[in-house]
Amino acid sequence: MSLKDRRLAELRARIPEVGPADALALQSGGALLVDVREDEETASGSPAGALRLPRGFLELRIEDKAPDAARTVLLLCAGGTRSLFAAEDLARLGYADVRSVAGGFSAWKAAGLPVEVPPQLDAAQRERYRRHLTMPEVGEAGQHRLLRSRVALIGAGGLGSPIALYLAAAGVGRLTLIDDDRVERSNLQRQILHAESRLGQRKVESGRTALLDLNPTIEVVAHDTRLEAGNVLELLGGHDVVVDGSDNLPTRYLVNDACLRLGVPNVYGAIFRFEGQVAVFGGAAPGLRPCYRCLFPEPPPAEYAPSCAEAGVLGVLPGVIGTIMAAETIKLLLGLGEPLAGRLMLYDGLRGEFNEIAVPADPDCPSCSNGVTAVLSDIAAVCGG
Amino acid sequence: MSETTIRIPTPLRGFVGGRDQVAVPGATVREALAALTAGQESFHDRLFTAEGELRRFVNVYLGRDDVRRLGGLDATLPAGATLTLMVALAGG
Repeated sequence: MSLKDRRLAELRARIPEVGPADALALQSGGALLVDVREDEETASGSPAGALRLPRGFLELRIEDKAPDAARTVLLLCAGGTRSLFAAEDLARLGYADVRSVAGGFSAWKAAGLPVEVPPQLDAAQRERYRRHLTMPEVGEAGQHRLLRSRVALIGAGGLGSPIALYLAAAGVGRLTLIDDDRVERSNLQRQILHAESRLGQRKVESGRTALLDLNPTIEVVAHDTRLEAGNVLELLGGHDVVVDGSDNLPTRYLVNDACLRLGVPNVYGAIFRFEGQVAVFGGAAPGLRPCYRCLFPEPPPAEYAPSCAEAGVLGVLPGVIGTIMAAETIKLLLGLGEPLAGRLMLYDGLRGEFNEIAVPADPDCPSCSNGVTAVLSDIAAVCGG
Repeated sequence: MSETTIRIPTPLRGFVGGRDQVAVPGATVREALAALTAGQESFHDRLFTAEGELRRFVNVYLGRDDVRRLGGLDATLPAGATLTLMVALAGG
C-alpha cells in the first residue's frame, strides 16, 4: 500500500463521509457545502449554492465564510479524495462537524443533483483585479458583484473625477456619467478626469475616453444633459447607487428627492475652498437613514447662498472628498462595513481634521418621513452675490 | 463665565475676519450666538429670523448633536463646549 493510500485509509476511518444526496439534504438544512476544487475545475460547474474555496486557501479564508465553528461543513472535491485531506485540516482548525462528500462532484453530477456554472473572470480580469481577489472581503464573488453593478454619477467635474476613475478602476460594470458642461482649461487644476488634449469636448465624452482608457472592460454611458425634474427618474433609474458630485444646490435637492423615489442610496459630497462634507443618504426603509433634507430641509434664499463667483476650491480637495465618496459607493455595492449614514463627515483641509456630526432621520422630514412621497421639482438656481 | 468655541464654516468666515473658530462667552446657545454676532446686523440676520429663531438652512451643533434636538437656542452650554455652525456647501 502506498503512503498516500495508507494515509487515506486512516482518514476514512476518522472523517465521516456522506453521499451526495445526503449532502444536499444537509445543505438544505443549513450545512455549508464547500467545493474545494481549483477555479479551473469549478469553471464548468459546481453544486448549486456551494461556497467555492480552493483547497490552497481553505484554512486561510474559511472563517470569513463560516464564523460559527459549530456549523456542519461538507467538503467536496472531484472524486472525494482531496476533500478528505481538507476535512482533516478543518477539523484540526477547530470545526466540530466536518464531513467529506463521497465520490465528490462526479457522484454529485451522476446523481442529477443541482449544478450551477459560476461566473468566471478571464485571465486579464484576474490579473487586473488581483488586489481585490486576494482580499476575503471582496474576493471573486465581490468582484463579480462590482462587475454587475450600475452606478450613476452626477457631475464629471471636481468630485466626479476621482469618483469616476476609482469606480472604473474597481470594475464597476456600468458607470453612467451625467453632466452638461464642456472641458475648460480652468477645470484642469482639479478635474483630473480631463486633459489639455480634450479641451472643448463635452465632459461626459472626455470622461468616457479617460475611463475606457483606464479600464476598457467596463461600460461607460454618457448623458450630456442637465438633470431636471422631468428626466431625473429616467436617468437615475436602474442604478444600484447614485453618486452626487454636482456643483449646485438645486441639483442636490433634486437628486436627493429622486433617489428617495427610486429607493436608491445617494452618496453625497460637497466642497468649498478647504472644506468638504460627505455622507450617505437614503437607500433604506423610511426612518432608518436620513436624507439630505433631514440635514438641510430647504435651500437658502439666493441672497444667502454661497457666491458662485467666489466658489474657489483647493485643487486637491475634491480628491480628498471624492475618494471617500468612491469608497462609500464600493462599500454599498459590496455590502461591506458601516456606511457613512446617520452622520456627516466634515473635512477641514487647513487644520487637517476630520470631524463628524450626527444626522438622524428626521421624523418630520418633508421628503423621507414615513408615508411621504418626495416631490420632484426644479428649484430656481440658487447662487448668491 | 466659561467661553465656548464656535467653529465657523468657510462661507461665514468673512463675518469673523477669516477665522475658522471664535471663542465667545455665553451660558446658552442663544447667548453664545448673540455674542458671536454682536454689532453685526447682517451676520445676525444670516443666522436668525426676524422672530429670533434659527434659520432653517443654518444648523448649529453642540458636540456632534443638532441643538434643535437638545432644547434649541435655550440649550445650556457646558464648560468648554464647542459649537459647530453649519451651512450647505454646493461645490463639486
